[in-house]
Amino acid sequence: MDALALARLQFAVTIGFHFIFPPVSIGLAWMVVVAEYLGWRKADEEYVKVGGLLGKLLAITFAVGVATGIVMEFQFGTNWSRYSMFVGDIFGAPLAAEGVFAFFLESTFMGLYLFGRGRLSKGMHWFSALMVAVGSTLSAFWIIVANSWQQTPAGFHLVDLPGGGQRAELTSFFDAVFNPSTLPRYFHVVTAALVTGAFVAAGVFAWHVRRDTGSAFARKGLKLGVAWGLVFAVLEVMPFGHLHAQQVARTQPAKFAAIEGLYRHAPGNAPMLVFGVPFMKGPPPTPGMAAPIEIPGLLSWMAFGDFNAPVKGLQDFPEDERPPLWLTFVSFHNMVILGVWFIFIMALAAWRLYAGKLYDSPGVLKALVISIPLPVLACQLGWVAAEVGRQPFIVYPGQQANGEPFAGLRTAMAHSPTVGAGEIAFSLVLFTAIYLSLFVLWLFLMIRKTRLAANDLAATGAAGCGADAA
Amino acid sequence: MDLNTVWFVLIGVLIAGYAVLDGFDLGAGALSLLARSPEERELHVAAVAPVWDGNEVWLLTGGGALFAAFPAVYATVFSGFYLALMLVLLALIARAVSLEFRGQVASPAWKAFWDAAFGVGSLLPAILFGVAVGNVLHGVPVADGFAWQGSFLGLLNPYSLLVGLTTGAFFVMHGALYLRVKMEGALAERMGRVARRAWVVFLVLYALATLSTAFASPFLFGRLTQPLGIALTALVVLSVVGIPLFTRGGRARWAFTASSVLIVAMILVAAVNAYPILVVSSLGLDKSLTIYNAASSPRTLATMLVIALVGMPIVLVYTVLSYRVFRGKAHGRGYEAV
Repeated sequence: MDALALARLQFAVTIGFHFIFPPVSIGLAWMVVVAEYLGWRKADEEYVKVGGLLGKLLAITFAVGVATGIVMEFQFGTNWSRYSMFVGDIFGAPLAAEGVFAFFLESTFMGLYLFGRGRLSKGMHWFSALMVAVGSTLSAFWIIVANSWQQTPAGFHLVDLPGGGQRAELTSFFDAVFNPSTLPRYFHVVTAALVTGAFVAAGVFAWHVRRDTGSAFARKGLKLGVAWGLVFAVLEVMPFGHLHAQQVARTQPAKFAAIEGLYRHAPGNAPMLVFGVPFMKGPPPTPGMAAPIEIPGLLSWMAFGDFNAPVKGLQDFPEDERPPLWLTFVSFHNMVILGVWFIFIMALAAWRLYAGKLYDSPGVLKALVISIPLPVLACQLGWVAAEVGRQPFIVYPGQQANGEPFAGLRTAMAHSPTVGAGEIAFSLVLFTAIYLSLFVLWLFLMIRKTRLAANDLAATGAAGCGADAA
Repeated sequence: MDLNTVWFVLIGVLIAGYAVLDGFDLGAGALSLLARSPEERELHVAAVAPVWDGNEVWLLTGGGALFAAFPAVYATVFSGFYLALMLVLLALIARAVSLEFRGQVASPAWKAFWDAAFGVGSLLPAILFGVAVGNVLHGVPVADGFAWQGSFLGLLNPYSLLVGLTTGAFFVMHGALYLRVKMEGALAERMGRVARRAWVVFLVLYALATLSTAFASPFLFGRLTQPLGIALTALVVLSVVGIPLFTRGGRARWAFTASSVLIVAMILVAAVNAYPILVVSSLGLDKSLTIYNAASSPRTLATMLVIALVGMPIVLVYTVLSYRVFRGKAHGRGYEAV
């Protein structure tokens, strides 16, 4: 592999691995806020225990998230120096803002939350948890701003540099921050994180209920996870997933064609592909879909609210401007399938809960336990669809603030020219090995904490987290 | 003062804030390798555990601010320092997870492993940050158009290694002075002795490094005779002298303050003399990256200034609040139930 391919692989590994943790942290942080609030205001020991266990899981996840996040702040410079030069005037600001408005907040209050029990009033301790949740949610905002600008650049113009070459310069900070895809993507990603947290909570407490049906704290935690999970699993798809897809259809038609698997131009009545196996080789038209199940007209209607709206197919774009069909299509569709599963299983659990039978439904409880990792998987698939669907551009084509067209910045033109394939390969192997070990350790500790919690909580009541971290 | 200069100062503030705050974490972490008993090591960890993460954010924000204000420096230096930076990142990863992981399993081998990771993960950055500073001051091979012509081994030149050892010694001393504040009795006494020994090592290395700078980058003495240069040099000398005096006199907080002033003053001396250069090119001073040729547009610098002016006061308020909550002596079981 050449340096470009290795740099791309390294970025995929570091961001993909890092992105396992923030959705879990954000989701768990809000669950902790709710559980500890109920425990504090209602003086309910069981909710305090729920918050305590989720807080321990949050602490472990947060640590790995912080550790792997450090790399993110620097690797645009190390691996993508030409990109950094091109976008620094715009892209650096949200990263710095993330530090100032989000990282300081979540990190400082995480210290207060984990070690402040006994030093802070109950109210201040709860407030610390709230600030961790707010900080991590703000952090998601600024990172989505930065990435959304790559997807749908706005509020900039191109300027020739004295030494040759060009760079994008800011014309309006507001337009750059609230570019067309920022808010649709932000709501979609944050609800995904809330779903992730709810599934961790629901699954963890379902496991405890299966082990001890009478466990009061586990029942309360389960109830919380299921209620929270159902609300956000629905919101995640409708309206936020739908709005995001409509935005992609408007602003990134080539990506939309790839995620929907639409190869040929549809002058109207574009079909929604429910199932299909994309193939890349064979007789024309290639690439195409094998065994497709289509609903005529639905895609036009879903994307533009009009059965007669034309939808661009991949064919409408020059070959060197098409994103890879297979990976984009397959990740997007599997994400959608998982999204439907989340609504289904949470609705089923909520219905059993309403009927008073959830604690005696081993099948549903088991399904909740098995579903714990699925929202993380859905996040990864969504991220792959978003980022691979943006290819072959690192900054998607669009329009400058003065109305002039912007041809986009190609990924192949953006990596560091001075970093050799050997250097990248070396650090990539090292980081991959360490990341794999960290992942195994994280899983081991999360499962262990969950298992031990029953005994710990029974023996010591609501123990603080300080003892673990010290 | 133009916006570029304002951002030169603000990047300096972020670097200084990082050096003062995470500096004592790194030093305390490195010193935990020398702890004589498990109980003592628990104190090293307990002293930094609640605050290290907030301290490290100064580095992350510094990276983001450098990207936003001087993207050419961010792009050129970080890609040029590729392998060295990857090493720093690995060390910081090890430090971050070891603090959380070490107490999770009650097994001596498990704990010993993560304690080693914590110590090495703290010591390595303390030295490597200095190596990076050494290279930036000594000059790195940047040709026209910010084209990097260096190599990994080129970064490990004697001058930069000397600066690396100097910062390593400084952070160990700084960490010992912090632990001197957070510990009691015989342990606090011992930390005082460690700090004084580290002070001697630091002083010798710093003198050597200053002497070498006269040969490596003579232009870094250009403003020493101006009023600001004289004042800062005096501040360096005063705080260097103050550290052992305060330590002997049992004024632990004053000694730590002197050490904090010292690192800020050292950074300022370098910055004032280097201004407006950010990264020296060894292929000719005219090829250096400055606050003008490496900067973002005035609009971005102004926007970022608003973000800093709105955000940083709030950060400072709750940072102070956090340190007030965790004031007093460290205890073996973290800060829980004090």
